[in-house]
Amino acid sequence: MSGFEYILQQVINAVSLGSLYALVAVGLSIVFGVLKLTNFAHGDVMMVGAFTTVLLIGVGVPFIPALFGGIIASAIAGFLIERIAYRPVRNAPDVTRLLTSLAVTYILENVGILIFTSSPHNFPLPDSLNESWQLMGGAITFTNINILTLALTLLSLVGLGWFITKTTLGLGMRAASEDMSAAQLVGLDVNRLIVVAFIVASAFAGLAGVLWAAQAGVVQPQMGFTPLLKAFVAAIIGGFGSISGALVGGFMLGALEILIVAFLPDAITPYRDAIVFSLLIAFLLFRPGGLMQPNREIKL
Amino acid sequence: MSDPSKALFSVQNLEVRFGAVRALKGISLHVNKGEVVALLGANGAGKSTTLRSISGLSRPSSGDIFFAGQSISRVSSSQIVRLGIAHSPEGRRLFGSLTVAENLRLGSCTRTDKAGIIADTERMFALFPILRERHFQLAGTLSGGEQQQLALARALMAAPKLLLLDEPSLGVAPLLIKYIFAALTELKRQGMTMLLVEQNIKLALQLADRAYVLRTGAVALSGSSEELLSDDRVAQAYLGAA
Amino acid sequence: MTARVIVAGLALAVMGGIAFGAPSIMSDYFMRIILIIALNSIFVLSLSLSNGFTGVFSLGHVGFIGAGAYISGILSLTVQQKQSLLPHLPDLLNWFSLPFLPATLVAGLFTALLAVIVGYPLMRLSGYFVSVATMGFLIIVNVVLINASNFTRGARTFTGVPLDTTLPWVFGWLAVTVFVLWRLVYSPFGRRMKAVRDDTVAASAVGIDVLKTRLLAFVIGAFFAGVGGSLYAHYLGSFSPVTFYFAMTMNLIAMLVLGGMGSLSGAIIGVICVSILSELLRSVERGFTIGDITVPALYGASQIVLGFIFILIMIFRPKGIMGEREFTLGFSGSSAKSNLKQGKVK
Repeated sequence: MSGFEYILQQVINAVSLGSLYALVAVGLSIVFGVLKLTNFAHGDVMMVGAFTTVLLIGVGVPFIPALFGGIIASAIAGFLIERIAYRPVRNAPDVTRLLTSLAVTYILENVGILIFTSSPHNFPLPDSLNESWQLMGGAITFTNINILTLALTLLSLVGLGWFITKTTLGLGMRAASEDMSAAQLVGLDVNRLIVVAFIVASAFAGLAGVLWAAQAGVVQPQMGFTPLLKAFVAAIIGGFGSISGALVGGFMLGALEILIVAFLPDAITPYRDAIVFSLLIAFLLFRPGGLMQPNREIKL
Repeated sequence: MSDPSKALFSVQNLEVRFGAVRALKGISLHVNKGEVVALLGANGAGKSTTLRSISGLSRPSSGDIFFAGQSISRVSSSQIVRLGIAHSPEGRRLFGSLTVAENLRLGSCTRTDKAGIIADTERMFALFPILRERHFQLAGTLSGGEQQQLALARALMAAPKLLLLDEPSLGVAPLLIKYIFAALTELKRQGMTMLLVEQNIKLALQLADRAYVLRTGAVALSGSSEELLSDDRVAQAYLGAA
Repeated sequence: MTARVIVAGLALAVMGGIAFGAPSIMSDYFMRIILIIALNSIFVLSLSLSNGFTGVFSLGHVGFIGAGAYISGILSLTVQQKQSLLPHLPDLLNWFSLPFLPATLVAGLFTALLAVIVGYPLMRLSGYFVSVATMGFLIIVNVVLINASNFTRGARTFTGVPLDTTLPWVFGWLAVTVFVLWRLVYSPFGRRMKAVRDDTVAASAVGIDVLKTRLLAFVIGAFFAGVGGSLYAHYLGSFSPVTFYFAMTMNLIAMLVLGGMGSLSGAIIGVICVSILSELLRSVERGFTIGDITVPALYGASQIVLGFIFILIMIFRPKGIMGEREFTLGFSGSSAKSNLKQGKVK
């Protein structure tokens, strides 16, 4: 395998991983934007989507409709979480809201364990999606699910881009994440905006959850945890609350992780996550506004 | 000359508390249709709090607010805008990462009459031509004076029956202050009802028909602009003297 | 002052009675619960210093507990055990074995040092930023524990730690923890901590060094976390990196929040409530039979109930059971009040 092909393969891997991080991070940033809430339950909303899809495939629904079923289930889960848990504490201090979201995570994960047990289940991906493509005489491989992931990521991001720049609701969401009381003063219905933000963010989590599980080949109740933590890092790199920032952060993080695995000595590779989270801390300390807003100040 | 019970808008014994602090200690005022009323007073007198509670951002602990014969003190902010009260807040509070056009569009988010919105957008460009030039620029990149014009235009895009203006001259270059007050005078001529909070007493009283002077959360003085312009007690209210 | 001494004396007498008298009377099950409650009290008290009294909501506390457990474990293994279990341990560490108390002290001092290094940058952050950053620290500790297999056996179970942790040891360390924290929290330094928590800007305006105050609270908390980690290691005998991760974090936070974040007795009350509740729920969870009806095992059910209780507390009583008050058996209600007055005057 020549150097060029190796690099190309790594680029494909990076884009594939980065698009999943971006999908999760975008949802986190949407919620953080309107509510200033670090939503730990976002990872569990991913799990809801993935399990719904697996159940639907199990009863004979084809993959694509089952995927949409999963997305809808996640959106409903997000809607309910906001209604039941977050709305009553909306005006409470940061810490109270953070703790509430931790408690929601705790509940959802254990509901998952109660229903599905904590052991991993096989993700019944149709064979057609597992089919792999080989280019340059086998030097580069990717599967249909890789292609589908990228296509769905791009499609959903284009859709989101349209929503937040062309619709009043989407513009309102951006306005509310910038200045909540000004948004109220122009007559935006804040309750409705927050509900919409949660539904959109959770639908993204659902999509990400299904794709993540499909690529990993397994589903389990704690499956959302690692992508959630990574998405935090991605969102903070991009500037927490900024949708485009989350996107950039997601792809950058994907690239960085592949870089560590592919090009650094083997002794360092297992410490990949330690490096990633050191980066998170470094960003919080030195560039709390992320790459996009280097001048934003966070007061002590 | 003015009868509170027939006014378009009135506030009665409004009291607002922030924890143990009484920010407003039972103030009453009214604005007739087509009238411009100024709310004057030193910093911390309660002017902005009055406007914020009219818009539903701060809730009164007692007293009531009436608009077009209806009590609005328990109505949601977005419903208040729908009823016809628009608020151009202190410090402008534009959506800096949105374009001028998007800010104007959000100003009209409570309306459904597309033709009316398009017509009003054109009216805004006629009133503030700079906004047409800056149409696709991010609001955060405008100068102070341009931002103030956009804030006014954004509030007007709601097609209000009553316009609340909080410090339209704040952070604006002197030349542009003149320009903005000329625009406000034009709005008044067109029949817009306004409640204006302004630090610059002279400018405010030139524009307004009547004024109320607040001191530490209560109405200290009120009267027509001519009377107040020549009244020493207005200046004393600002200086906090007895 | 005298009233407080009486309360402290009573508490010590009760603890001493249980510690030395109880084993002959009480069942092993009950003894185990009391020991776990006392151990968790050390964890939650040490957590309350930063999260409750100083307003730095750390999610990384369990990282210190884990570090303490592993350090004490490594130091306490016998030389033979080290040769078979940790053959790649550096020469510096493989020729000796420390008794329980020194191993615990070293663990505490080491975690305190770690807290200085970690806290010096992180204590500049506020709000959810410090929470996310300390969570990052917890993850880093976990990654290191899993990968530094020369020291920790990696993801495999670390085993062979002598089971030295008995009730008198735990009660002794709990008494030390309570004593130190009480002196600290109700001292001028304690007032600075609360000032920093309530209003950072105002605190720095009156000349309080915010960073130093936060750092000191964080480091002292980490010391007792390390000590507690050592006790836990010598209680369990064997453990793995996943023992010291998010499940434990959630558990400790639930206890702290339930009891009240600004109160030492609240922290202990929270531990007792959550421990008893989880024990009760756990017996339900295992499944049981009433007459002809068999309720199957519902694994996870107890956590779900705890989670809901937690959310209800957040909504209806966000300050927990005790809030900022202290439980004083009615003895020193006046002295608690006078403390409050002093706090206001100074």
